[in-house]
Amino acid sequence: MSNMLNLTLKVWRQDGPDTAGQFQTYKTTVADDASFLEMLDYVNEELIEADEIPISFDHDCREGICGSCGVMIDGRAHGPQKGTATCQLHMRQFSDGDTIEIEPWRAAGFPIIKDLVVNRAAFDRIIESGGYISVTTGAAEEANAIPIPKHAADAAMDAAACIGCGACVAACPNSAANLFTAAKMQQLNMLPQGQAERYTRSNDMVERMEQFFGSCTNYGECQEACPKEITIDFIAMMNRDYVKSQLVNRRRLGEKKVG
Amino acid sequence: MTQATERPGAEAPKVKGHHNPSDAKAKPWPVEFMSTAVGKKWIMAISGIALMGFVFAHMFGNLKIYLGPTDYNDYAHSLRTLLHPIFPNGFLLWLMRLGLIAMFLIHIGSAISLTRMNQTSRPVKYQSQRRYLAADFAARTMRWTGWIVFFYLIYHLADLTWGWANPDFVYGDAYGNVVASFERWYIALFYIVANLLLGIHLYHGGWSIFQSLGVNSPRYNGIRRGFAVTFAVIVTIANVSFPLAVQFGIVS
Ligand code: HEM
Ligand code: FES
Repeated sequence: MSNMLNLTLKVWRQDGPDTAGQFQTYKTTVADDASFLEMLDYVNEELIEADEIPISFDHDCREGICGSCGVMIDGRAHGPQKGTATCQLHMRQFSDGDTIEIEPWRAAGFPIIKDLVVNRAAFDRIIESGGYISVTTGAAEEANAIPIPKHAADAAMDAAACIGCGACVAACPNSAANLFTAAKMQQLNMLPQGQAERYTRSNDMVERMEQFFGSCTNYGECQEACPKEITIDFIAMMNRDYVKSQLVNRRRLGEKKVG
Repeated sequence: MTQATERPGAEAPKVKGHHNPSDAKAKPWPVEFMSTAVGKKWIMAISGIALMGFVFAHMFGNLKIYLGPTDYNDYAHSLRTLLHPIFPNGFLLWLMRLGLIAMFLIHIGSAISLTRMNQTSRPVKYQSQRRYLAADFAARTMRWTGWIVFFYLIYHLADLTWGWANPDFVYGDAYGNVVASFERWYIALFYIVANLLLGIHLYHGGWSIFQSLGVNSPRYNGIRRGFAVTFAVIVTIANVSFPLAVQFGIVS
């Protein structure tokens, strides 16, 4: 049997990017086996019934793989449970009578679109600047053609777990996107396929990131918030690759004409 | 993640006051390197290590106060005459001073620039109570402890190098000057507080340097925090002991 929880929600409501927002208080009763987003769904049902505008929030897969969801819950990105996205959070993490504060990610690089929805296009710009490898088209290569040490493959996989939700930026006191950028960079820099563009990638992704986000003070908040538990070890690797990119012969990077 | 781009009006934002890489020709190496925050953090870490070296050597040299006035004044004097027959008196001392000033300038310059950048990166603060899980007191107060240590250093120079702030300053009698200064309880207290703050700065800084420089390997990640704690504790205990020793009459 599930228990019913009586909750007071304080939800950030904001009509659009340029309007002022404020917390709105809602009371609701949900079963403790509901997910956090289901709880918001119930509240929205009630709002629609009462002819009010439902709360906008981002979501898609609801199983922690797409990176769409993500809100500040009681001052913590993705809420009180470690290593999970908002959609994987269950109401059993809360107690009867709790007041829950729900707020969108806040960062200059993530402007609010509406209510709890923020614009994360800046992440796309970072990926475009170097989060890819160039491959020849055609039939897929035989998977074992390139030998890759198991540990390197595992480490690259740990970085590749990033779902791009933006919790690292949201949690960082400086709104830095170093964990996201490092993960998207190192998943490629650690593999043979990533070597050709390694240093242009390292340089370009760091520069693009800094157009939108703050700098890293090594607080470690990001790795606590990350639903995929990606570690700041990757940030150290990014810092190394960035300085190396500055030292690599510029002719090799195409910044100086040959001859 | 990509869904945001499809929404009307959802272009990537323009963030004021942030570094804007141009696609034009790259700047000369050190200039380009120092124009990004990741580069500045390297510079902060390198200058931080140099300053840590100075802080340690300074602390170690001053331990001679426990050997008495002769040893201590000899040590102070020897700093002026280091490498003497080869170079003129004071040469190496001034070389070290210039190096230190340069390190302070680039450390503080980067600190100011990074602080500005971070102040613009979240124009609207969280409206609910933020709950920090990892960012400890030391990490969050780096700019406060840094600046207080800086102003303390200026006072320290005025007190024991230039002598303006010292009641009985005698040029050349380093031992006597230290005792004269620390005999005032409020000055002793001020030195103790400032050095505790330096210890807090080093507690985060001594760990942070590894990350900033990309020194990260499972083989020795375990000792990075230990290094920072050990360094901060040794330096702080020794530095705090000097005013205490004068106050309790162990050094007089
Ligand atoms: C004896 C003096 C000092 C020593 C030994 C020292 C040492 C360090 C070290 C080792 C770091 C870590 C660098 C890194 O994260 O890579 C650091 C960071 C920092 N220092 Fe200092 N420092 C000193 C004085 C100052 C002063 C005078 C300021 C004045 C503004 C300052 C401000 C900062 C700030 C703001 C940071 C953090 C930067 C960031 O991560 O955003 N420090 N310091
Ligand atoms: S909705 Fe896909 S990760 Fe939460």
